[in-house]
Amino acid sequence: MSLDTVKHASETPDSEQPWKELGLKEDEYARIREILGRRPTGAELAMYSVMWSEHCSYKSSKVHLKQFGEKTPENDAMLVGIGENAGVVDVGQGYAVTFKVESHNHPSYIEPYQGAATGVGGIVRDILAMGARPVAVVDPLRFGAADHPDTKRVLPGVVAGIGGYGNCLGLPNIGGEVVFDSCYQGNPLVNAGCIGVMKHEDIHLAKASGPGNKVILYGARTGGDGIGGVSVLASETFDDTKPTKRPAVQVGDPFQEKLLIECTLEIFQEKLVAGIQDLGGAGLSCATSELASAGSGGMRVDLEKVHLRDATLSPEEILMSESQERMCAIVEPQHVDRFLEICEKWDVIAVVIGEVTEGERLEIFWHGEQIVDVPPRSVAHEGPTYHRPFARPEWQDALQADDAGKLPRPQDGAELKDQVLKLVSSPNQASKSWITDQYDRFVQGNTVLAQPEDAGMVRIDEETNLGVAMATDGNGRYAKLDPYTGAQLALAEAYRNVAASGAKPLAISDCLNFGSPEDPAVMWQFAEATRGLADGCFQLGTPVTGGNVSLYNQTGEVAIHPTPVVAVLGVIDDVNRRTPIAFAEEGQLLYLLGDTKEEFGGSAWSEVIHQHLGGMPPAVDLDREKLLGEILISGSRDGMIDAAHDLSDGGLVQAVVESCLRGGNGARLVVPEGLDAFTFLFSESAGRAVVAVPRSEELRFTDMCGARGLPATRIGVVDGDAVDVQGEFALSLTELREAHEATIPGLLA
Amino acid sequence: MTARIGVVTFPGTLDDQDALRAARLAGAEPVSLWHRDKDLKQVDAVVLAGGFSYGDYLRAGAISRFSPVMETIIEQAKAGMPVLGICNGFQILTEAHLLPGAMLRNNHLHFICRDQKLRVENAETAWTSDYSAGQEIEVPLKNMDGRYVADERTLDELEAEGRVAFRYLDVNPNGSLRDIAGITNAAGNVVGLMPHPEHAVEPLIGTGKTDGLGFFTSILKKLVNA
Repeated sequence: MSLDTVKHASETPDSEQPWKELGLKEDEYARIREILGRRPTGAELAMYSVMWSEHCSYKSSKVHLKQFGEKTPENDAMLVGIGENAGVVDVGQGYAVTFKVESHNHPSYIEPYQGAATGVGGIVRDILAMGARPVAVVDPLRFGAADHPDTKRVLPGVVAGIGGYGNCLGLPNIGGEVVFDSCYQGNPLVNAGCIGVMKHEDIHLAKASGPGNKVILYGARTGGDGIGGVSVLASETFDDTKPTKRPAVQVGDPFQEKLLIECTLEIFQEKLVAGIQDLGGAGLSCATSELASAGSGGMRVDLEKVHLRDATLSPEEILMSESQERMCAIVEPQHVDRFLEICEKWDVIAVVIGEVTEGERLEIFWHGEQIVDVPPRSVAHEGPTYHRPFARPEWQDALQADDAGKLPRPQDGAELKDQVLKLVSSPNQASKSWITDQYDRFVQGNTVLAQPEDAGMVRIDEETNLGVAMATDGNGRYAKLDPYTGAQLALAEAYRNVAASGAKPLAISDCLNFGSPEDPAVMWQFAEATRGLADGCFQLGTPVTGGNVSLYNQTGEVAIHPTPVVAVLGVIDDVNRRTPIAFAEEGQLLYLLGDTKEEFGGSAWSEVIHQHLGGMPPAVDLDREKLLGEILISGSRDGMIDAAHDLSDGGLVQAVVESCLRGGNGARLVVPEGLDAFTFLFSESAGRAVVAVPRSEELRFTDMCGARGLPATRIGVVDGDAVDVQGEFALSLTELREAHEATIPGLLA
Repeated sequence: MTARIGVVTFPGTLDDQDALRAARLAGAEPVSLWHRDKDLKQVDAVVLAGGFSYGDYLRAGAISRFSPVMETIIEQAKAGMPVLGICNGFQILTEAHLLPGAMLRNNHLHFICRDQKLRVENAETAWTSDYSAGQEIEVPLKNMDGRYVADERTLDELEAEGRVAFRYLDVNPNGSLRDIAGITNAAGNVVGLMPHPEHAVEPLIGTGKTDGLGFFTSILKKLVNA
């Protein structure tokens, strides 16, 4: 095939082009022709198709995402907001923290190991590109039914991929979630989050400025993997009738990424880069156009200089390749030699592929012939915007009317006991240690808390003991019942988890996983969830710093539950005062904080005992969440609480069982006045936590709660080797441990 | 007066900073060593830290063993310099034939990360003198290729000569023969183990115990008193 140059494209306006196969719509193709005043070359078409894909352009979601900017709360901590590789917040003492959650859902279904592995790799490079040293990762995961045969294919591969890649990078895995629900059967959600730390002055941005500055591509060689991954995989619904898409998934090499991290950090340390961007979705197309678009001038790239793994790749393929472990830096000419020297030290290949120009065009050449001549903004930042129609689905009313409060409840202590055992051994409530033990949580020697704690926590300064915490949460069942409230519940839970660890919540990142935006019902769910999240963040004072949208998570007509996953980042001035979940000492007094109501819609109880999903999710009161958070943080600061565990899915009994097993101590519980045992144990009312208070601090603690208006009810004491709900039933720790820990290995090992 | 403890960074080494920190917390002067550099910078002892040097490609430790820094380390270890190999470092020491046996993939085929109980079997090596024989300690374990194997004769020899330095207690996490978690050479200066003492040196971090600090205080006392 002859080279499709800009000149050739001008001379052959009527050539047929495969815009449809590349995932573009007819009007999008027409717009490209209008922007360029001619038909695009093959290379240009490749660039536009990947950059205008749903995954890269957010074309269906951005009209809704705007709210995160419009409703940003006053927050002094925000240093870099939405739009960069990741947001950055100030955590004090001159430190800045960058963090983000992304999805790698579709690739992980097709090729679980590599899909999940490269998901970790991608988010780590995003964090690195901000100038930060990555210090921890988290992985919120969702799979189909735990006992479905395909889950046994997908889950072990995903977990091994996350471990295989993350462990080899030397990043502690400190948190995340594992959720099973048949709605994710053909669409597992593999989200990956990363936290990075830097000094304020080290923040780097993705822009190319200063004509004459060199464009350096460094890292792994470019190969044929992941070509079209973005447009073909992430933006289309799975369909059995089309041929297999396996080759479109990228292949990762964590060893190469580890070298890239160390090499890049050394380059940062010597202040050798003017701008930097990682190569992820859409590869070089994305990196070059985004760098040029954000900068002041244009850019010229000589594509044949790119170091290749496969010499037969065409220029279009090189532009689209999503080969992993690559970065693109803008470097002033006087720094180029030193830059290349550091790369050599770390055995990282680096090549000058072009330079920043005076003009306003992104120009790409192939052996001297021009194959791309575009305004970079039109590729990177001025993609299509869709105002997709949305409508509340007609089944929503019936779903909400199907009240979980009407389900038959346990009638006596024996039935309660039986249902507690069923709950704590159900796949969603069971211990996930079989999974998390495949991740290294110790590396770097700064891990203060890791799963199964409420939040992961790492120390970032050994002298001052400054630390950061993160929790990720999401509940697709709640969001299905009411997407607005469901999104706020995800936010509230992550916020509460961070506060329970003793850290102050600062800001959030989100990963919004939904079905097809072409379905008005799904678009309504998306619109409601983003509105709920934006309102919630405004009220809590925690801005959205960035995130990711994953659409088309559906098989045929059936979409996944709307699943907004929220990651809350918190800061703790001294990690020595972190609050664990373990009930570690007999005699500690147990207090239930918050109000318990009869709220069972979307609850774990309704799922496990009745396989039911209906009614309304628990009500949200964000002012109460804020107050609860303040009490948990004050309690930690003043040594008034020894342990805290947030209450969420599974209710109080789930939290107490987890804290007892973690500490190796039992608990005697008394059902408080005004509550029945069932509601006390299983309700999922939000804004609650259980805390263990040392006897010596009881008065001080209850005085504080009383003064600030937070209901605190004494519900028992840490004691013995059973969870004993007085007058109802007792379950020995041995029995509980067996029930809680055997389920996941039994299904998957 | 203190001792200089060197920690080697190979491409893909992950726990080098942790090992340097542990040496510092024990009171030693930590010194970074680089794989391409034959010069050991006058260190008194060397730690080969955990990780995936050279991506564990070919076999864990197989490529690192041929690096320039290892040339000097092998030579000096044979002359009596104390060397501690942790996890990947242990794998490198067996590949370098400073210690016998080899590590295979865990018998359950998964990466495993857990708090692991060990018994110190030999408290007379350069790295274990601060422990007592039979002492039980808990340190993190994290590996993919941690199953220690050797032929029966070698194993019998190790047992007879008291060269099994650590044994797994309660759970054998990877299928290691005779529950062996770590061994020493005959002279007691070269010790290798799969678990990570450098991750158990601060009460707040990791397991919440400081059972691993003894490795570093042992060597420090030996070097300073020498």
